[in-house]
Amino acid sequence: MTDNAPPAEDLPDTDAVQQASRTRRVIKLLIEAPLSAKLGLVVIFVYIFVALFAPWIAPFGESELVGKKYQPWGDEFLLGTDNLGRDMLTRLIYGARNTVGIALVTTLYAFLLGGILGIVAAVVGGWTDQLLSRVVDILMAIPALIFAMLLLSIFGTSVPSLILIIGLLDATRIFRITRAVSLNVVVMDFVEAAKLRGEKLPWITVREILPSISAPLAAEFGIRFCFVFLTISALSFLGLGIQPPTADWGSMVRDTADLITFEDYTPLIPAAAIAVLTIGVNFVVDWFLHKTSGLKDELL
Amino acid sequence: MNKILRMMAQRISLGLLILFIVSLIIFLGVSMLPGDAAQAILGQAATPETIAVLRNQLGLDLPAHTRYIRWLGGILQGDFGISIGNGREIGEVIGVRFANTIFLAAFAACIAIPLSLVLGILAALYRNSFYDRTVNALTLSSISTPEFFVAYILILFVSVKAGWFPSLSNIQGDMSFTERLDKTVLPAITLTLVSVAHMMRMTRAAIINLLSQSYIEMAELKGIRKARIILRHALPNAWAPIVNVIVLNLAYLIVGVVVVEVVFVYPGLGQLLVDAVQRRDMPVVQACCLIFAATYVSLNLIADILSILTNPRLLHPK
Repeated sequence: MTDNAPPAEDLPDTDAVQQASRTRRVIKLLIEAPLSAKLGLVVIFVYIFVALFAPWIAPFGESELVGKKYQPWGDEFLLGTDNLGRDMLTRLIYGARNTVGIALVTTLYAFLLGGILGIVAAVVGGWTDQLLSRVVDILMAIPALIFAMLLLSIFGTSVPSLILIIGLLDATRIFRITRAVSLNVVVMDFVEAAKLRGEKLPWITVREILPSISAPLAAEFGIRFCFVFLTISALSFLGLGIQPPTADWGSMVRDTADLITFEDYTPLIPAAAIAVLTIGVNFVVDWFLHKTSGLKDELL
Repeated sequence: MNKILRMMAQRISLGLLILFIVSLIIFLGVSMLPGDAAQAILGQAATPETIAVLRNQLGLDLPAHTRYIRWLGGILQGDFGISIGNGREIGEVIGVRFANTIFLAAFAACIAIPLSLVLGILAALYRNSFYDRTVNALTLSSISTPEFFVAYILILFVSVKAGWFPSLSNIQGDMSFTERLDKTVLPAITLTLVSVAHMMRMTRAAIINLLSQSYIEMAELKGIRKARIILRHALPNAWAPIVNVIVLNLAYLIVGVVVVEVVFVYPGLGQLLVDAVQRRDMPVVQACCLIFAATYVSLNLIADILSILTNPRLLHPK
């Protein structure tokens, strides 16, 4: 992101060489990765592919009624139909787009909010830090799912309010960790030196602190994504999250749950889709934490 | 001793302050809503006069701070107000529901806590062995699975296919204890499966942390057996973090019941809350949220106090 390599017209060769060696390093890293991490990466890429190309892969439209309700698995409907007669496979594919997309947007928003405030609290300190930390303490004293349900019943269940509410609640956790890792960096000599040079706070934040805390934050992004994804799925399963007719894995489990008493595996499939992605992300994060020894896996 | 008491008093007052602020948030959040309980009870067709009368009866025409004090005062005496949905006293329903939830959480805790302690200690003992790796991968997976996935797998295989336990936990007040237990087995196992992972990992981490210390190395050099080192030398010092983990997980169990209760149609507080949120029955939502939050805050407080009591080092902060 902050690429401070010299401009291309000056040293085109070195730039290309650097680029090539970086690519080689990444490839080497991937080859040496443990099996679990490779598996996780494959899972993530498959999900991204399905999410991006959903309309081309899916046999039917997202909320199109294509047959009778609760049809069994077969040639026409590979995974049968749901409680309204919509194709399960189609909705599963679109679910990758909706469920994962919404969770991703929520995590990004939570990171922007929590990350920026966390760094500000650490860099500025004083009463700003006190105020922000105490507000976060209070927000974290209420269990997240319960708080989310309270807020959802106040603001109504819609996708924007879902994103804003879950993002806000998750931002508290991100605030804490960002503040903690930034505090460790703020006291370092090179930050002190930058301050003595007379650099402004934004410059210090972006050029000195951010590069030092990016590794733990990247791992945290994976962990928080899983958490947000599971929370949103749980809320959708409870009927309080993503609302119909949008295809979403949590609500798909809820819609087809009755089938379980007839020894039908259908409700387990969207639930497994959720589980496989979170496990995959966790495997990758685990490996990443091993590689960047900033955090020990034993403490997680 | 005085110091301990002072520290505990400090923590307790902090907990009370947090509870007070939480109750304020719950109250103010709901009073921000357009329309109020009187309007919701009487519906759109009601005349302004009848709404005004009911509002007067319910005390809704009073200023916010008076209503807040009344609301909180009522709750402290067990009066949670009236449900908009069915017009009944919330206090009647909520007592039974809360007792059910506690029953489920306690049942799960009875299985989960011993299990995770044993698994965690074994994992620390045989660190980096095949067992440790397997358990590590399994727990990592179980942390990342949604609760309803575990629940439906259990229903499918244990209940529908094998027929060992019922998949519906519709317990009632007049059931015998064994009958209740039988109906609560599946939800309790689900909760166990989703919470053991975390507890086990923390136990393992706490013990491994200690194993790197020099007095443990000393014990090893003296030639003491490994099991004895763990049980006699490491464990006493690991109690503080472990107890902390256990109590925090109790808090998690009581709050995490929501999804499990809905899957198994278990008549607990979580189910009540979900129903109330769907119907936007705000007095019930407020009451449930307050009880959940209070339980959560108190258990966290207990964890805090216990970790002070079990770790003398925390009593002398530098």
